[in-house]
Amino acid sequence: MSITLLETQNISKRFGGLQALTDVSLTIKKGEIYGLIGPNGAGKTTFFNVLTGAYTPNGGEFIFAGSELPTGTPHVVVERGIARTFQNIRLFREMTALENVMAGHHLRSDSSLWGILTQNRHTREEERLITERAFEMLRYVGIEHHATTLSRNLSYGDQRRLEIARALATEPQLLALDEPAAGMNATETAQLRELISTIRHDGVTVLLIEHDVKLVMGLCDRVAVLNFGKKIAEDVPAVVQKNPDVIEAYLGSSHAH
Amino acid sequence: MNELAVAIPWLGSRNPKAARSVVLALMLIAPLIAALCGNTWVRILDFALLYVMLALGLNLVVGFAGLLDLGYIAFYAVGAYTWAFLASPHFGLHLPFWLVLPAGAGFAALAGLILGAPVLRLRGDYLAIVTLGFGEIVRIFMNNLNYPINITNGPQGVNMLDSLNLFGWDVSRHIPITDNFKINSLVMFYYVFLLFVVGSVIVIRRLQVSRIGRGWAAIRDDELAAKAIGINTRNMKLLAFAMGATFGGVAGGLFGSFQGFVSPESFSLMESIAILTMVVFGGMGNLGGVIIGAIALSLLPEILRSVALPVQHAIFGHVILDPEVLRMLLLSLAMILMMLIRPAGMLPAHARYSRPELASAGKGKQ
Repeated sequence: MSITLLETQNISKRFGGLQALTDVSLTIKKGEIYGLIGPNGAGKTTFFNVLTGAYTPNGGEFIFAGSELPTGTPHVVVERGIARTFQNIRLFREMTALENVMAGHHLRSDSSLWGILTQNRHTREEERLITERAFEMLRYVGIEHHATTLSRNLSYGDQRRLEIARALATEPQLLALDEPAAGMNATETAQLRELISTIRHDGVTVLLIEHDVKLVMGLCDRVAVLNFGKKIAEDVPAVVQKNPDVIEAYLGSSHAH
Repeated sequence: MNELAVAIPWLGSRNPKAARSVVLALMLIAPLIAALCGNTWVRILDFALLYVMLALGLNLVVGFAGLLDLGYIAFYAVGAYTWAFLASPHFGLHLPFWLVLPAGAGFAALAGLILGAPVLRLRGDYLAIVTLGFGEIVRIFMNNLNYPINITNGPQGVNMLDSLNLFGWDVSRHIPITDNFKINSLVMFYYVFLLFVVGSVIVIRRLQVSRIGRGWAAIRDDELAAKAIGINTRNMKLLAFAMGATFGGVAGGLFGSFQGFVSPESFSLMESIAILTMVVFGGMGNLGGVIIGAIALSLLPEILRSVALPVQHAIFGHVILDPEVLRMLLLSLAMILMMLIRPAGMLPAHARYSRPELASAGKGKQ
């Protein structure tokens, strides 16, 4: 349980004059659910985008599973085993739920152009396997009855689930969820909490960015708090909750003592 | 093929098997019917098939990968000129078709890569502008590369191209059956082109339902999300450009061999736009739609041309509107109506990725 999966060292990111992240260092252990919280504009999503290669950091580095993670190349990051979802859902809208997940298998399949044109045995076998696995994945997140529905016609909660299924299809070691509970009602949030627990139980480490403090505190093994691009706390939820800096960041200085 | 069959009104939804055989029969006897009305009509059908190939290739780039390409005709030109260089008296080379056609496809694919590499970061309007420029550059090159060294023979073009010679069988020669009955070469060209079209459809179909096709669709729907699931968008886009261009190159080679003559004016911007119109008109992303669009838009103007003159003569006694003017007028009208009534094309691509056979495959496992 205590093997380090991801170590971030002094990550910094500037946008022009805005210092979005300042020397952020975190350690995520294998098999845990790690929460990243902070007030609006604290730099949570920026951290996410730097980690997953959408942005290039101005300083610092990530050590993932023992070796340095390249920056600025999203598809390589996914290949190394970090999958992500988006704060504002980004599905392939014109594709069915099933096809979305099948597309997620792109990375872990290797049929060549020649194999596809000749439909050789490897390609046919792989295609069958991908279809089967995609169905399994839909069942895993609980939306297999919507397999042939266009993803844009799914309900909001189902779209969130589908995005998680698609990310899991890339067979990640670390699943990074960007505000998965945003806009969900209490029932949906409860179901989501269960799903995330299951995912962790099945051996995938989870990095969770979330506004819903109750969800984070109830679900996460450890939590880090960002404020104005700096890490102000990192510990188990119970300790973080009592940290005066955290209380000040969320509620203002008069509540801090 | 299935899309075409299902699209037949009434019969398509009731008896798909019968509808499919109707489509097949139509494809096979079309040139014979056309031959009854004169050889011009067979020639028009031949060209329609070339346009089908072009539209299929362009659909791969625009409909599948979502990369708007307004210079697609350039690849057609590359294929045609490859044939002109390698199989005509121009350079004195007379290579066989099984060398020239792949060479044309290869050069076209290379041209696709050359176009694709600098435009990887562009999308939508910006991409359209650059590809439009590319198409024009190729045409202008063909037009001007006759000095200081004569490569393309300039605006005069290259003529006396070798015709299609399939392992000793010259397609352009009439086949005499009896003394006063012979099978016209135009009809034979039709069947040869039909084979190529069927081959293209099979290839494109296989690509569409593969990991590559899904990668393209992902890029089309959301490029950022495609990157986030590990799709190498650079390679997939280049592949789309190259594969699309390949079909253009093959069609170009066939065009050269069929026409026996190539010149830069065959590859104008209007042609690019015409092919894009076929794709949009028929239904972007739907193979059957694209085929219907290409056939409809290459046949309609010709039918119109042959009908408009006599009709005007009969009604007014003289010709008021030149068919050429009328053609553009009615075509634009058709496009506008189309966009109003069926914005997604004649056969929209709704069901593109909802494959029922997959659904049943999964249910069996539950």
